[in-house]
Amino acid sequence: MPKVTVDGQEIEVPNGATVLQACELAGKEIPRFCYHERLSIAGNCRMCLVEVKPGPPKPQASCALPATDGQEIRTDTDMVKTAREGVMEFLLINHPLDCPICDQGGECDLQDQSMMYGRGATRYEENKRAVTEKYMGPLIKTIMTRCIHCTRCVRFSEEIAGVDEIGAIYRGEDMQITTYLEQAASHELSANVIDLCPVGALTSRPYAFEARPWELKKTWSIDVSDAVGANIRLDSRGREVMRALPRINDAVNEEWLSDKGRYQVDGLSRRRLDKVYIRKDGKLVPAEWNEAFAAIAAANPKGSIAAVAGDLVDCETMFAAKALLGALGSDHLEGRQTGLDYDCSNLAAVNFNSTFEGIENADAILIVGSQVRWEAALVNVRLRKAAKRGAKIFVVGPQWDTTYPATFLGEDAAVLHDLPQAITEAFSKAERPAVIVGGGGLAKGALHPALAFAEQFNLVREGWNGFNVLHMAASRMGGLMLGYAQKGGIGNIAKAKPNVLISLGADELDYGAFADSLKVYIGHHGDAGAHAADIILPGASYAEKDGTYVNTEGRVQFAEKAVFAPGDAREDWTILRAMADALDVSVGFDSFAELQSAMIAAVPALGEEGLADFGQLPNADASIRASGAISYPIADFYMTNVVARASATMQRCSSELLHHDDLKEAAE
Amino acid sequence: MLADKDRIFTNVYGFQDWGLKAAQQRGDWDNTKSLIARGQDSIIDEIKASGLRGRGGAGFPTGLKWSFMPKESKDGRPSFLVINADESEPGSCKDREIIRHDPHKLIEGALIAGFAMRARAAYIYIRGEYIREAQTLQAAIEQAYEAGLIGKNASQSGYDFDVFLHRGAGAYICGEETAMIESLEGKKGQPRLKPPFPAGAGLYGCPTTVNNVESIAVVPTILRRGAAWFSSFGREGNHGTKLFQISGHVEKPCVVEEEMSIPFRELIERHCGGITGGWDNLLAVIPGGSSVPLVPAEQIMDAPMDFDGLKELGSGLGTAAVIVMDKSTDIVRAISRISYFYKHESCGQCTPCREGTGWMWRMMERLRTGDAAIEEIDMLQQVTKQVEGHTICALGDAAAWPIQGLIRHFRPELERRIEEHNAKFAEAAE
Repeated sequence: MPKVTVDGQEIEVPNGATVLQACELAGKEIPRFCYHERLSIAGNCRMCLVEVKPGPPKPQASCALPATDGQEIRTDTDMVKTAREGVMEFLLINHPLDCPICDQGGECDLQDQSMMYGRGATRYEENKRAVTEKYMGPLIKTIMTRCIHCTRCVRFSEEIAGVDEIGAIYRGEDMQITTYLEQAASHELSANVIDLCPVGALTSRPYAFEARPWELKKTWSIDVSDAVGANIRLDSRGREVMRALPRINDAVNEEWLSDKGRYQVDGLSRRRLDKVYIRKDGKLVPAEWNEAFAAIAAANPKGSIAAVAGDLVDCETMFAAKALLGALGSDHLEGRQTGLDYDCSNLAAVNFNSTFEGIENADAILIVGSQVRWEAALVNVRLRKAAKRGAKIFVVGPQWDTTYPATFLGEDAAVLHDLPQAITEAFSKAERPAVIVGGGGLAKGALHPALAFAEQFNLVREGWNGFNVLHMAASRMGGLMLGYAQKGGIGNIAKAKPNVLISLGADELDYGAFADSLKVYIGHHGDAGAHAADIILPGASYAEKDGTYVNTEGRVQFAEKAVFAPGDAREDWTILRAMADALDVSVGFDSFAELQSAMIAAVPALGEEGLADFGQLPNADASIRASGAISYPIADFYMTNVVARASATMQRCSSELLHHDDLKEAAE
Repeated sequence: MLADKDRIFTNVYGFQDWGLKAAQQRGDWDNTKSLIARGQDSIIDEIKASGLRGRGGAGFPTGLKWSFMPKESKDGRPSFLVINADESEPGSCKDREIIRHDPHKLIEGALIAGFAMRARAAYIYIRGEYIREAQTLQAAIEQAYEAGLIGKNASQSGYDFDVFLHRGAGAYICGEETAMIESLEGKKGQPRLKPPFPAGAGLYGCPTTVNNVESIAVVPTILRRGAAWFSSFGREGNHGTKLFQISGHVEKPCVVEEEMSIPFRELIERHCGGITGGWDNLLAVIPGGSSVPLVPAEQIMDAPMDFDGLKELGSGLGTAAVIVMDKSTDIVRAISRISYFYKHESCGQCTPCREGTGWMWRMMERLRTGDAAIEEIDMLQQVTKQVEGHTICALGDAAAWPIQGLIRHFRPELERRIEEHNAKFAEAAE
């Protein structure tokens, strides 16, 4: 642990720390543009110059200089001050200074730092440089004249996302940042460069000229677009969510967010269900709440009612529905809408046990039936890190473009019973081996074979659990904890032919199997579920209610309400509570707090933010064989849930980035 | 004056053939095996003792540089020698003469130097515009391979050593050692941050030493004739012989091998036939290639041409590319043109150089015509100071120094132009 002196204050810094980190530890602010904790060090903005002794008699870039014992660092001398002023002046001479019309205004590093460290007035009288705009796709708006060439976006694409899409061309003052051949940046994490850009060169296209940061109310929430549970901040103005930004949580999303999680929010104000509807003569007509409740009561739900949870619902909603069904004498609960019926008797077997942080350290990984980039883009970032650290990665399933070297073992899940030598070799040598079973694998019965694989290669060992299931629905783990899983899956419920089917935003469900049931849809978007429903009760989306979510690692997280639901829509639990009254049963709670405490009493793990403990893995049932060609459930990354499907931005992404070639063909 | 018998580059004018046979007659590849047999440490010690300083411009002691290379590879990484033949400094043309007329000196030097630093191979990075030179060098490398002088068991020494030629694409910045390494790796030629230094992690992350062509080409001769011979030339700390490249307003511009520390006047009189119009007509000299500050006539005339002597004059020996300017020169325009060169060649990676070189050039252009205010001279001086020492590589310094030299020595000329220009406009306005 080297000891250094920062402005006369002696501190001890960790081994391998840079001078910049040492200064931060000492509480000194070091201005910077190119330096970013999660990216490689470029050292090119020269803003972080400090004076270091011993060393050459000129200021040093602190971000790139290792802190060594006995260094005397000064951040407050005239030399440092002039150096910062000089660099800031250089950065500004060719910057357009169009802050009043720049979307970055108010949250711009250049703006803030020029106030703190700049000279105050310009001495530059020549013409400024102008740079042509670049096309970077439907999400990223470019005003490249503002670019200060920090190359954060270049490094992010290369290092984190693993796609060589952004780079620099030309040299000197003509240097320009652009995408390869000016094609759209088309990976799932592309919009993170907007957060990384310290100036207004890369801004959000859908959010262009929408709001100023100081007008927005900031609410801490959880992303529901996949089962990662990325921590987000919803910025809202009035009743509208303007944007979603990632919050820093090293255990979950670090500080990234998938494009879907970020940009589906404009779907929250489109295609919304804001009235009660009842189907009369085959047509949905607006109605009153009590009419709807009366119709449900008339269908005689007692003992013959089922509930199916959609992918986006929170634990409280599911618990409220469970309580209602319990009061009506039914336990027909299911969340796996597409018909999966894997064994849920032990939740440790359907959990991502390695944790996202842990999987980075795995040295051999077998992915069974998961297109990780689309099913959990942020997990793919972790896998890429593992691969960079030397992990060998194998995939069972159709080919997809991993952003790291991976060996594909064919599409047939039966390969789990007949492992190629490469796998047995890699896994018997590995110190931290891991298996990841995705939805595609679960559908082909790969769960128990994977458990057998875990036993064979000793995936659970001291300080390491390498058995993982990667879910895709934000509600899945919470649902499983609350018992939203039947033996036999959804087919079992269909067979029971319930009089009433309560659909909690279930839009992927095949409603044809429930032709005889009264289908009550409690949800927020007019999508497949609403089309099939007999009664629509307008509910709240994830942005419009408090709620608990459990991600695929079994991490319990709490989201807060950012805005009010539109029109007559109500928070889902209140609808279920009112329905209980209408059906003349008691669910045992009258407020959200009571609901939560009842839920926590039933499932204590839901009361504590953090990883739930599911205990030991069960023994594998060797009689269950995996077989059949694996197919991935997601056909279109941008269209996986109702909010995304209603979002104009996601639709544009889908058509421009995924179906671009089809469209071109059609136009010809 | 250097006697003919003491010249290292005996075919620098190309009067003889460059090929292997002719080179061997000139003494190249003469029992190279025995040179290698002396062992790595002995070679490095000999080079250290000879006082050879890097000929690429910075003048870092060559033997010392080699001694930074790891003695053994602890993790299996090989070491590499990279030879910098990206001679792009305006005024410099010595490496070109070596490569096209005496390529075997370079190849033999590469083998010995590579052996001394335990390198697996040498990469010669040659300037893209040197097309014929690259052909000659490639042919010479092939000759050497055929004769078994390099390659497996090079020169029967038992040491395996390869030499690869790589052509640049015409960027000045790729002459900077780490930018050269980036370019060799196939990336955009942008200098790397140091540390880590190339001796720790250079080409492909392996220990690497980057040396100038001349530094490498003189090595075999130093070993053959001994460190004492080499260090008998020049002043203390500036030993050896050196290729001087004199261009500009002299009667006979030339590339000539001379002793270090030769006085400027003697160099010009003896080899270049004097200054055009006589010594009274000399205005200023840029003694080491475009990046060093100019030195006015009265200071340079009797100055010794070596690293320390020119440093005392506030300039530098650089590559010993002596640019002579007589009184017919528009000195402001000359420096402005150099500024344009640096603006054009800045790689764009780090802020002060990317933005500063353009600003400096634009101001120089205005100073050329006098379209400026007197205070702007001071501002320009400040801007050069804001660039100098704040950048990743030395290109920022190289862009700043010529302007600083101009302001230091020719401020009255700058002010005269401004006053003249402004007076003209004041008159017109009346």
